[in-house]
Amino acid sequence: MNLLPWTIYVSFAGAFLALVVGARSATAARWVALATAVAGATLTFLAAREFVPGSSLQTLVDVPWIRELGVNYHLAVDGISLTLLVLTGLAATAGILFSWNIEERPGEFFALFLALIGGVYGVFLSADVFVLFVFYEIAIVPKYFLIAIWGSTNREYGAMKLVLYSFAGSALVLAGMLWAYAAGGAHGFGLAELSAAAVHIPHGTQLAIFALVFLGFAVLAGLFPFHTWAPTGHVAAPTAASMLLAGVVMKLGAYGCLRVAMPLFPEAFAYWQPVIAWLALAGILYAGFIALVQEDFKFVIGYSSVSHMGFVLLGLAAATPLALAGAVLQMFSHGVIAGLLFAVVGRMVYERTHTRRLAELRAMPLHRLLPFAAVVFVVAGLASLGLPGFSGFPAELSILIGAWQAKPLWAAVAALGIVVAGAFTLRVIQVSFFGSAGAHSAPPADSHPLPPITLAEKAGALLLLGATVYVGLKPDVLLDWIVPALQSPAFQAVIKGGHP
Amino acid sequence: MNTPYGELLLALRPEICLVAGALAVLAVDLPKNSRSPQQRLQISAALGVLALVTAGVWGLGAGQPGPLFGGVLSLDMLAQATRAGVLGLALLALGVTAGTSRLRHPAELVAMILFATTGFTLMAVAQQLLLAFLALETASLSLYVLAGFDKSRPESAEAALKYFLVGGVSAAFLLFGFSLLYGLTGSIELQEISVQLAMSGPSPLLVVALVMILVAFGFKAAAAPFHLWAPDVYEGAPAPSAALIASASKLAGLALFLRLLWPGLGAAAGNLTGAAGWLPVVALISAASMLLGNFAALAQGNVRRLLAYSAIAHAGALLLGVIAAGHSGPGPLFYYAATYGLATVGAFGVIAVVERAGRCQNLGDLGDLAGLRARSPLLAGCLFVFVLSLAGIPPLAGFVGKFVVFSAALQMGGPAGWLALLAIALSAVALYYYLLILKQALVAPAKESSPIKVPATAALALLAAAALIVVLGLWPSALLGLFQ
Repeated sequence: MNLLPWTIYVSFAGAFLALVVGARSATAARWVALATAVAGATLTFLAAREFVPGSSLQTLVDVPWIRELGVNYHLAVDGISLTLLVLTGLAATAGILFSWNIEERPGEFFALFLALIGGVYGVFLSADVFVLFVFYEIAIVPKYFLIAIWGSTNREYGAMKLVLYSFAGSALVLAGMLWAYAAGGAHGFGLAELSAAAVHIPHGTQLAIFALVFLGFAVLAGLFPFHTWAPTGHVAAPTAASMLLAGVVMKLGAYGCLRVAMPLFPEAFAYWQPVIAWLALAGILYAGFIALVQEDFKFVIGYSSVSHMGFVLLGLAAATPLALAGAVLQMFSHGVIAGLLFAVVGRMVYERTHTRRLAELRAMPLHRLLPFAAVVFVVAGLASLGLPGFSGFPAELSILIGAWQAKPLWAAVAALGIVVAGAFTLRVIQVSFFGSAGAHSAPPADSHPLPPITLAEKAGALLLLGATVYVGLKPDVLLDWIVPALQSPAFQAVIKGGHP
Repeated sequence: MNTPYGELLLALRPEICLVAGALAVLAVDLPKNSRSPQQRLQISAALGVLALVTAGVWGLGAGQPGPLFGGVLSLDMLAQATRAGVLGLALLALGVTAGTSRLRHPAELVAMILFATTGFTLMAVAQQLLLAFLALETASLSLYVLAGFDKSRPESAEAALKYFLVGGVSAAFLLFGFSLLYGLTGSIELQEISVQLAMSGPSPLLVVALVMILVAFGFKAAAAPFHLWAPDVYEGAPAPSAALIASASKLAGLALFLRLLWPGLGAAAGNLTGAAGWLPVVALISAASMLLGNFAALAQGNVRRLLAYSAIAHAGALLLGVIAAGHSGPGPLFYYAATYGLATVGAFGVIAVVERAGRCQNLGDLGDLAGLRARSPLLAGCLFVFVLSLAGIPPLAGFVGKFVVFSAALQMGGPAGWLALLAIALSAVALYYYLLILKQALVAPAKESSPIKVPATAALALLAAAALIVVLGLWPSALLGLFQ
């Protein structure tokens, strides 16, 4: 277990090393980055093998950091964080494999990439809100440069918008957490300490602080109507960055809501619960309908991400044990599947055809030109729909049942969202890969053979596909970690708060 | 009367070193010599560094803590820390100067920096109105000269003139306020003043005195609505002078302001919920500075003016730290001011090196930074650290500074808490314009591809500043622990 903090240090060390060697050799930078990501993933797997599920955060490191503020460098893990740590390792490795062809400033690219990953590991491991916030911001800043330097369409706008939304969200979190610290008379920022202090805060103030902290985190999770950074950011980002954005960074927001906002203020959560649920539902439907009419391949996936993250938020809002477990499972599942979808669109298709316009893709028999990409996309699309056998199925099913237990109307509306998701996913599969399937028996004369799918791409795709199928067939692997973690007093208070 | 002059000499060792150093620099350069200006600059800078280091190493340890010389000076922790801070910042500014300056009269330049630093260190220890005023004027007069040191450019003269006129007016305000205080309390010593004020209670004359003093400090700190000189001065002054004006001068000024307001005029603080006093006024100035600074900075196309407006915004946050010091002591304010000074010296240092390498007419054009990463990875890396620290991104020191000041303000509660929330909200606005700088340096392609050669002393100063920002950010207790 004590291996887990090393995921953070290894990532930052790898970032530094990639920066140094990248100045001379792109190949060296790639291998350093891959080795770092694989090392991180291996550490999470090793830790997962030894992990004993339990209802409390298991402390890994706890040393005083800033005595004057009562900040401890406190890292801890439970089943929920472990699930997301494993996801981070997978997404990081796949992301590196899909950015194997980066030629421009490779050292800096991989350094920023790994710094972001280090920040993400740190957030999932923090048991002190100050430490969590520090890692959270470390994960935000590299995104600007990743998108602004290596991105495509409208990249400077997309990068700035994304970072300002994220930073505005984190400013709300900072305001809320300082306010809670001051109003509760806490002597530190440990989760346990803050929640003990939060009891002393007057009810009205609690409502305000919860709103700040939850909204701040939820911006990064793509909560409607603050989701607009996500599609533009995803579209502008280079493939690996959009994989990470959708795969893990949006999870940081949802994780912050679940780990910080809700347990600290269960009563305030109960008050805001319907608002959150309806915003989540609005996001599921709104983003789904938008995805239905997009003409840009990547925008479809970008909006579908917002729609699927809506399910996570709905699961959080419903706050039954089943819904919360489903929400965590959906975080994992969406992280893997969204990574795959972005990989196909951004790396496999766009970098070969140089277009993302569905109308133009329709004219190409892509299923014949890029059969591997077509297979991966179809499978990932079906997984994204929540077909049984893939990780999306147990996740969305748990959320729906959980939402039904909380309020049947929510589940009914969310089910409509699944229908919409089916519609836009099938449409994009058909139009992008099988557009002219029946029309021409032979490829058009002007179509050049596209470069074949590389080994790195295949490895990355199989890694993520394997994860979604494995968890789809055997969701208990993760649920056995997640469900005990929800038994902790903090989450029980949330569940009780949500269902008086 | 037995005046303890020995004690005084002992306590003023740093100032003695600095003045002796300045005179030595002038003397060495005095004889008509055949050395090139470059050599003269190097010799002068070496002497200057020697003086600053001696002042720091030999001078700071001296003297008993506590009030000295009949309460004229005080060598408490705030005074010693501020002295060390301004010496360090001046050292960094001198390092940048030594590397980049192409001005004529290099010895005078170094001597003026040392004289200004003498003023700063005296401001840090002053416990009496007269000494405070003299120290402030010593520093200010040196800074006016430094602002106008580039005689080849009219902008520099404009900067000096504006700074001098505004500074002169504010000095008059300050002196008037001080004289009213003396008239009210019959004393120029802060301790005595605070006792008298507590006994006499509020009076209309006191209000006039407070207004005068606050206006004067508003000018000095470049707080809105008294900020108008700052953009022009930051734009026109030679970059190392601007660095000194923005960093060491601020740190010393705030330490003095803090000492004057809480220990001296604490009885006249009033409160934020209505009672008359200086606290509501400082709160208003703070809010105005943060709003104006952050929003005006958004529109700047010149990195020096941008940093000026960012300085105005930071002045607002620093004034919030002054308010919060009444609750949590000077620690947070000192940490914020010192680390802000480091980042500002660094940012201006980078600008100085870039300007020296280019042949640009308009100083500080944001576009001059374009492609900096290709032209000098060292400068780009340092600028990355400085700008993100100014923006308050963890784990850099700027973040911890904001964090401690805002948490102190929120713990104070009431309107101070609201101000802190406003400041946090505005930090999201601020990130936009800081990213504009980094966008030029790290994202945009280079306009000219010639590599920038970074002079060794400047490189050393910049690396030291960047390293300090990282180290103090990761280990803030090094500074915060001093004030526990």
